[in-house]
Amino acid sequence: MTLLHVRNLSVGFPTPDGVVHAVNDISFSINAGETLAIVGESGSGKTVTNLALMGLLNNNTAQISGTATFQSHDGEIDLLGIEGSKLQKYRGRDISMIFQDPMSSLHPYYSIGDQIIEAHQVHNQVEPEVSRQRAIELLGLVGIPDPASRVDSYPHQFSGGMRQRVMIAMALVNNPSLLIADEPTTALDVTVQAQILNLLKDLQSEFKMAIILITHDLGVVAGAADNVNVMYAGRIVESANVFDLYAKPSMPYTQGLLDSIPRLDQPHTNRLSAIPGQPPSMISLPPGCSFAPRCSRKDEVAGGRCSLELPELTLRSASHSARCFISEGVAVK
Amino acid sequence: MSTPILEVTNLAKYFPIQSQGIFSRVKGDNKAVNGISFTLNAGETLGLVGESGCGKSTAGRTILKLEEPTSGFIKFEGEDITNYSPSKMKPLRTQMQMIFQDPYSSLNPRHTIGAIISASYEIQKLTPDGGVKLAVQELMERVGLNPEHFNRYPHEFSGGQRQRIGIARALALKPRFIVCDEPVSALDVSIQAQVVNLLDDLRDDFGLSYLFIAHDLSVVQHISNRVAVMYLGKIMELAPTEELYQNPHHPYTQALLSAIPLPDPILERKREQIILQGDIPNPVNPPTGCVFNTRCWKSQEICRTSEPALVQLGASQVACHFPN
Repeated sequence: MTLLHVRNLSVGFPTPDGVVHAVNDISFSINAGETLAIVGESGSGKTVTNLALMGLLNNNTAQISGTATFQSHDGEIDLLGIEGSKLQKYRGRDISMIFQDPMSSLHPYYSIGDQIIEAHQVHNQVEPEVSRQRAIELLGLVGIPDPASRVDSYPHQFSGGMRQRVMIAMALVNNPSLLIADEPTTALDVTVQAQILNLLKDLQSEFKMAIILITHDLGVVAGAADNVNVMYAGRIVESANVFDLYAKPSMPYTQGLLDSIPRLDQPHTNRLSAIPGQPPSMISLPPGCSFAPRCSRKDEVAGGRCSLELPELTLRSASHSARCFISEGVAVK
Repeated sequence: MSTPILEVTNLAKYFPIQSQGIFSRVKGDNKAVNGISFTLNAGETLGLVGESGCGKSTAGRTILKLEEPTSGFIKFEGEDITNYSPSKMKPLRTQMQMIFQDPYSSLNPRHTIGAIISASYEIQKLTPDGGVKLAVQELMERVGLNPEHFNRYPHEFSGGQRQRIGIARALALKPRFIVCDEPVSALDVSIQAQVVNLLDDLRDDFGLSYLFIAHDLSVVQHISNRVAVMYLGKIMELAPTEELYQNPHHPYTQALLSAIPLPDPILERKREQIILQGDIPNPVNPPTGCVFNTRCWKSQEICRTSEPALVQLGASQVACHFPN
């Protein structure tokens, strides 16, 4: 079952220098219970995409267009078309979000119990004591030792990894069908990252929820995702099943990203193959493929077509599409 | 390759913790670095890895005397600099430099790139051959910046370019030894590879020695000749790079290596992972015995009572009662 279907989402931010085109006409869908990874470098639009879906962008400063059809507990809704006050009913109940920085996303003045109870009370007409029991249950599930007494502790009394567990407990308190995890382990040490990724995997099967995992780490994606969207300069440049993507990257950018990671499982090489240059300005995107200025293979396509014309995102196989003239096999010299 | 440029012996750095109030007194010490010893040979890169709070950055700063060491010795080119005053350190600073982690906060936003890089000459009252401007522009070119951007300000550059500015600044006085404190952690992977390659080239061209501090074991593997793994202010294992990654002896090294996700979905899903329980203990009150015993699956009575020394085991040095 398709849980969320995003069509032609664009987000622009007007600035005195011009409109910053953070997200450009992207479409994707996610099925119930699966994990979709959105991977890309800073500024590629992966976070803005999800903030738009959650209604967390200010309509006065952002120009948003497109539709996002979501199967909520009481029928189909359009996340992008619905009024902010109505979205409140679904946010935190059907869809919730965990953020990158567990240090700044919890309120320092309230106990973690109060914060989780509040998230439960907003969506459930029950006695506060019921919500408190639910909070304790969730804290236990996410691996906080002695949850019945820790529920009254404050955020500063927890370590970074433990705070991220608290965030996860808060996000899951209403049994959402979709969890958006925005770089959930980036601020954590690698041994703690391994704990949190394992926890998310266990909770996903227990709660039967879909996860949109936003990350820049292709290692994390390899272990956690079912499907992957690779974003570059606000566009999806490749979208595939995780095994297909790593076995046969069909866009030079994806290939370049995979090549530029120093790997522990492969023999030591003297030089890393870096991608030259840097991402384009989001105010004036190049007319053709946004990656063309950095692409080492653009000369394989006749007539400088890569720099003139934007390739479409087209199918390579049933579960694999890419935005590239080279792997499309057209006009190759 | 065999003359040590830097010798560190039993180096410790404690930060006192004071109680609140008028009659503040020292309640305890944050034992950030707690007795580490190693040598660095000329032309060599020593990787210093560990998780946040293990003391790796403090170690780097103390070696450069940006922090006063609490105890231990630092010898730079055979000269004991442990108790040198700032004024006595000043001429030595031409020989030892630092590259910082955050390319956004380590450059003064009100100064032009030219002013930032040439400040080193001004402080040391040196005039390079051909004048300051020419020397700075040559440096900019060498690190891959456009020399015509001499008069631009830091905000006009991207993160990767700013890190190149930081590198040019560190190179200005032709140092022999550079502490690189997480120089690529703030950068995207495609840019990270560019900067790692640049650091590699510069080491060969200028005959530099690096102390390369990082939490990312894959980058460290790429750039280092030897690697030291730190945990809670102590070195757990120190070994030639190949040896450390192929044949880790310390349980903490094993866990750290196993926690790194591999960018290959097939391998990543079938390998056995060691997942450590819990968090790093508080360095104010570290565990007795081996500092890693609270999270170690091999821990026994002796690990809680006696601290293992860093001893030679094959090509490696390991601090563990039950090494692999």
